[in-house]
Amino acid sequence: MIETAPIQNPNAEQPLSPWQLFRRRLKRRRIAMAGGVILIGLYLVALFAGFIAPCNFERLDTNYSFHPPLWPKLSGFHLVVPRYEAGAGSFVYHAVAGDTKPLRFFIRGDKYKLFGFLPATVHLFGTGNDQYPVYLLGTDQFGRDVLSRLLYGSQISLSIGIIGILLSFSFGMMIGGISGYFGGRTDTVIMRLCELIMSIPALYLIISLRATFPPGMSSAQVYAMIIIILSFIGWAGMARVIRGMTLSLREQQFVLAARALGQTHLKVIVRHILPNTFSYVIVAATLSVPYYILGEVVLSFLGVGIQEPNASWGNMLTAAQNTEYLRNYPWLLAPGAAIFVTVLAFNFLGDGLRDAADTKS
Amino acid sequence: MNLLEIKNLKMDFGAGADALRAVDDVSLTIGAGETVCLVGESGCGKSVTALSIAQLVPAPPANYVGGEILLNGRDVLKMSNSELRGIRGGVVSYVFQEPGASLNPVFRIGNQIKESLKLHKPEKATNDEVIRLLKLVGIPAPESRIKNYPFEMSGGMQQRVMIAMALASEPKLLVADEPTTALDVTIQAQILELLHDLKQRLGMAILLITHNLGIVGDMADRVAVMYAGQIVELSPAKELLCRPFHPYTKALINSVPKLAGGASRLSAIPGNVPRIGNFPPGCRFAPRCPIAKPECSEKMPELVEVEAGRWVRCPFWKTP
Repeated sequence: MIETAPIQNPNAEQPLSPWQLFRRRLKRRRIAMAGGVILIGLYLVALFAGFIAPCNFERLDTNYSFHPPLWPKLSGFHLVVPRYEAGAGSFVYHAVAGDTKPLRFFIRGDKYKLFGFLPATVHLFGTGNDQYPVYLLGTDQFGRDVLSRLLYGSQISLSIGIIGILLSFSFGMMIGGISGYFGGRTDTVIMRLCELIMSIPALYLIISLRATFPPGMSSAQVYAMIIIILSFIGWAGMARVIRGMTLSLREQQFVLAARALGQTHLKVIVRHILPNTFSYVIVAATLSVPYYILGEVVLSFLGVGIQEPNASWGNMLTAAQNTEYLRNYPWLLAPGAAIFVTVLAFNFLGDGLRDAADTKS
Repeated sequence: MNLLEIKNLKMDFGAGADALRAVDDVSLTIGAGETVCLVGESGCGKSVTALSIAQLVPAPPANYVGGEILLNGRDVLKMSNSELRGIRGGVVSYVFQEPGASLNPVFRIGNQIKESLKLHKPEKATNDEVIRLLKLVGIPAPESRIKNYPFEMSGGMQQRVMIAMALASEPKLLVADEPTTALDVTIQAQILELLHDLKQRLGMAILLITHNLGIVGDMADRVAVMYAGQIVELSPAKELLCRPFHPYTKALINSVPKLAGGASRLSAIPGNVPRIGNFPPGCRFAPRCPIAKPECSEKMPELVEVEAGRWVRCPFWKTP
């Protein structure tokens, strides 16, 4: 028998790219991966909110105000939903014995638009009969399904974080890059402006900025306004850090080399300096998303954010301000739990990203 | 017409009373296809002079107080920003000392070369052209190399990439600022040979900055020796090495270790280069000069053509 020399995989000797190394290190961090998986799940759910939600976020059911969470029961091989009747006293409900409907999947119900533009009526689950509603997370004071509102609210609350970060970070990076690259008077003016913004307590700044917008705005306008306000406050911190990194990067020889090729100042900043800050920026962005989500919560909680009947996690929590409600109807805190999970997942992922990006580890 | 003509260039760092004269009355010409070496110790103004050709010294702090830099007959110091961008990379290309630091660490080298092409030859910004350039500078298997990041290459390979970037736009003048200082000796020789070879094939002029006199003999047609911001000797290379005139040039040549001649102590120039802004009156080399006379410290000697093509800034150049 002829022995063949072991054929080496030619790629095995190729050094890993920084990106591959980064992914490898990230995969070793279980908590970060868990955070990432949770976030992917949350964003997928938000994307398909209309399909997963059993009904429209605006649907009122005044017969069922403050209905407690209701879970389908197993009867034979079917999941069944009992019919509830209002009992004596306020907001007490009893199941009507023997009167049930089977829970069905992919059932027709309220109209909605998938991804915001595809008209659809099919929902993930339901009974197909308004007399047998499925309130998995109970209802609020108007008898609106908390789960449905939570899902629709997640579209607003989760996207505000991402869009806000994109806006404030791209602005902050650009301003910080210009400030650090040109230095001198430009730098002084920009940095004093940043410090001015950072020295005002965020909450007062938010509320006074809110006052500059007219009161009667559509929900889309309010949404844009919240992002603008939060980004307006958020860019300054980013600009300061990027400015510091640019100060050291601009002395690197590759900047001079790019200039020697005839590159413009602006392109040197955008193409050569800022990409070298990305490993920091990605981590900082992940760790900052919760700030935007919480910012929306604060604004809506104060009644200046997303307005009823539109749902956001912040304005849903407004209903849970009342201590009596909280004592009697604790399911109103569901958006609080959603915020908690989201913020925690972002922090875990951000910590993991930071460790993975740190090449010294 | 010469490709490059630097006439009485005077450049300060800073302005007014704090001004420090970094380049003082430097005149230098480079003809098309010529190789000129700029030699001198660290801090004598070589790099600043070379960077001035494409106005790459940030101003401020740089402040051009006199003279002109004629590139193809046009004064670089009077050009607008967009004209300068056309010159940079288009007519004059640079290769710097540390290849590792000159390449952007986060981009693949193929893209970096392509960037150079996009700026000056947008119609040729293709992978094929990048591969052709990498082949030109002698990088093996360029098809697979274009996907490499700079850190995946050795110093010599990185310097070849830098040269490929510099050549992308087919410049008339390549300024190589100590291109081999950061490389080990065998790679140095390869890079210099490459530069020499490319010069022959592409017919471009080279301004080579070095403090290594060993390179001068191999590469240069003419040599300018700089000391404390001034040119002290300007001469054809062979003649300068065989028959140096200025005491500083002599001292530099003497401080190159020789293999023949036994185990004598390596001769060094006593003292240090005077600090910028603290130049001695009269001849700036006088405090370190073995043949200095009292009058040397009184009047600055002029750069005089003492033989055909040989300029010296020392009235006592005949003193052995």
